[in-house]
Amino acid sequence: MTPLVSIEGLSVAFNGVPVLRGVDLALGKGEALGLVGESGSGKSVTWLAALGLLPRHAKVSGSVRLDGRELLGAPASELDQVRGGRVAMIFQDPASALNPVLTIRKQLCEALALHRNLSGEAIKAEALRLLNLVGIPDAGRRLSAYPHEFSGGQVQRIMIAMAVAGNPDLLIADEPTTALDATIQAQILELLSTIRREMSMALVLISHDLGVVAENCDRVAVMYAGRIVEQAPSNQLFADPVHPYAQGLIGALPPLDGPRRRLTAIPGTVPDPAHMPSGCAFAPRCTLAAEPCALAAPPLAPIAEDRVVACIRAEASRHALLGIAAE
Amino acid sequence: MSPPLVEVSAISRSYAMRSGMFGRSTAVHAVDGVSLTIRKGEILGLVGESGSGKSTTGRIVLGLEPPDRGEVRFDGKPMAAPGTAAWRAQRARMQMIFQDPLGALDRRLPVAAQIREPLDIHGVGTIAEREDRVRELLRAVELTPAHGARYPGALSGGQRQRIVLARALATKPDFLVCDEPVSALDVSIQAQVVNLLCDLQAQLGLTLLFISHDLRVVRQISNNVAVMYLGRIVEIGSADDLFARPEHPYTQALVSASPAPGRRSAGRIVLAGDPPNPAARPQGCAFHPRCPRAIARCASEVPALSSVGGDRQVACHLVSGAETREAA
Ligand SMILES: Nc1ncnc2c1ncn2[C@@H]1O[C@H](COP(=O)(O)OP(=O)(O)O)[C@@H](O)[C@H]1O
Ligand SMILES: Nc1ncnc2c1ncn2[C@@H]1O[C@H](COP(=O)(O)OP(=O)(O)O)[C@@H](O)[C@H]1O
Ligand code: SF4
Ligand code: SF4
Ligand SMILES: [Mg+2]
Ligand SMILES: [Mg+2]
Repeated sequence: MTPLVSIEGLSVAFNGVPVLRGVDLALGKGEALGLVGESGSGKSVTWLAALGLLPRHAKVSGSVRLDGRELLGAPASELDQVRGGRVAMIFQDPASALNPVLTIRKQLCEALALHRNLSGEAIKAEALRLLNLVGIPDAGRRLSAYPHEFSGGQVQRIMIAMAVAGNPDLLIADEPTTALDATIQAQILELLSTIRREMSMALVLISHDLGVVAENCDRVAVMYAGRIVEQAPSNQLFADPVHPYAQGLIGALPPLDGPRRRLTAIPGTVPDPAHMPSGCAFAPRCTLAAEPCALAAPPLAPIAEDRVVACIRAEASRHALLGIAAE
Repeated sequence: MSPPLVEVSAISRSYAMRSGMFGRSTAVHAVDGVSLTIRKGEILGLVGESGSGKSTTGRIVLGLEPPDRGEVRFDGKPMAAPGTAAWRAQRARMQMIFQDPLGALDRRLPVAAQIREPLDIHGVGTIAEREDRVRELLRAVELTPAHGARYPGALSGGQRQRIVLARALATKPDFLVCDEPVSALDVSIQAQVVNLLCDLQAQLGLTLLFISHDLRVVRQISNNVAVMYLGRIVEIGSADDLFARPEHPYTQALVSASPAPGRRSAGRIVLAGDPPNPAARPQGCAFHPRCPRAIARCASEVPALSSVGGDRQVACHLVSGAETREAA
């Protein structure tokens, strides 16, 4: 089976400074993939690069295929069709993505005219259906409202309506709930998973919140300093993380129930892209780092069915963790 | 049990808010009848969604802003009038830490000079003693004198928050108000600062009011937790027990909304409706338009915060008072 999207060796540099350093990632039809990692690790740039949305001075190389067709270097007209059509994207700050001087109806209808073969009354009816789908109360009347007349949670719902207007096969949601309060975040995540099921759409959920991706995704990829360092089914990643950075992230999360334990803080900070350590980028912060770690960046290697890790001491790290658990 | 350090009795604060360009001004009840006691050495967590009045409560408790009604007592004495010598003496015993360390620091000064500033202001010790104290404070927040020589722009977010913490500790305060101190930090850095705060609190016997919207962080740090909704405290109790057995329907929804690795969303309470608007607070129980368990009475009668046994207090008609507990 060919994957829906397959990214291989995707690299991006800004002004000669590499920020993505060979990202490999694949996504099946209808699958929900979570992408986690600290800010600056390259989560957003990965998908902006894949969709040709980076500024011109970005140097992009590698391969991004959608259903086998190469997107990197594809003509602008083809990319325009893909974006908002087969692949849609929503962002953390929804307000900035809407035009403040146009009504919601106008903006939804524009998206529909661009990507769906509909006209006149059919477009208006579809706009109404979409607004109902995302749970805006009194949708008929609210179509003629402007973005500022909606609350933050409602604006994010409208962004979701716009994003799914083109019946995409893939929705990339970049920190869609980070700016929202907890109870509204829960609403939006529930809406996203309902829509994904109903439209059998694939989802990439980008978040710095491990809990959010764990609950809403089948598989999780962990990014560090411009690379994927571990990829696994959600439940396995959280029960048995292997990469020392993934272990650190999970240990750093305070538990909400059970006994309190001291958090295992990862020492130090994320490396500056302009001064990347040689070899494994995590080595300066890694408690398991050994001499060979500084020699070459470890490649992503399979450790089990559907699991890959980029750490030359994957086995040792697994034992270290089991040792802790056995104590 | 240790004696109370901070006693907050029924404080209220409203702000006039103008809606639209020529709109009438409406009153926003940011804080409405909040009472709290924080004992010496205790860490009280304050949680709630944005706009629920957490920061306003923190500012009033510190005496940065007077309440419209109610009173704050510190170490048994009422807060002195702002600007007086008594006020300055009181203020040196309490400090505040905000979410944004860059905003709290002066970009044009090396950070060591900023740690020393409160010592200069309060005329603590000789110049040499102040320099020693700065080095000691840097060490306490796990930084080096080399970090102290840098400007804020040359430090990471976590390091800046340590500098702010070091400066807050310079005058050896008894009481700290921390308002979302780790919310802007990545999770691995957040853990460093949380551990550091816990260590310093234990070493120095600090009393803390710890404000955050993040339930996990609050539980990790706090002994007791108060939950705010639209300017009022709706539930208060010991941290572990409150999150394990929330009684108030809003606390239940908050706890249930907190995503947990290893648990899929099945069985989650998802509240309907929009976040509350502080300028148009509903009558009766302010939570009733979103409450899955609301009854007729909730729309007209304000539930009072009352003890439901143990150290738990809840403001809900369905869980208020011993009679409901027995009836249930
Ligand atoms: N337009 C740009 N110009 C220069 N650097 C950029 C640009 N966009 C992103 N970067 C850099 O690329 C790196 C990865 O950024 P990003 O993908 O946004 O991280 P994340 O989404 O994981 O927080 C960061 O170091 C960021 O500063
Ligand atoms: N200085 C102020 N002037 C006007 N309104 C304010 C002021 N400070 C807070 N408010 C309003 O009071 C309410 C509570 O705010 P705040 O205490 O900041 O809540 P929180 O910290 O829980 O987010 C909000 O509606 C806010 O807009
Ligand atoms: S390769 Fe070495 S430094 Fe990198 S994560 Fe593995 S053990 Fe740590
Ligand atoms: S008083 Fe009524 S509306 Fe308020 S929380 Fe209790 S049941 Fe819900
Ligand atoms: Mg991003
Ligand atoms: Mg606040």
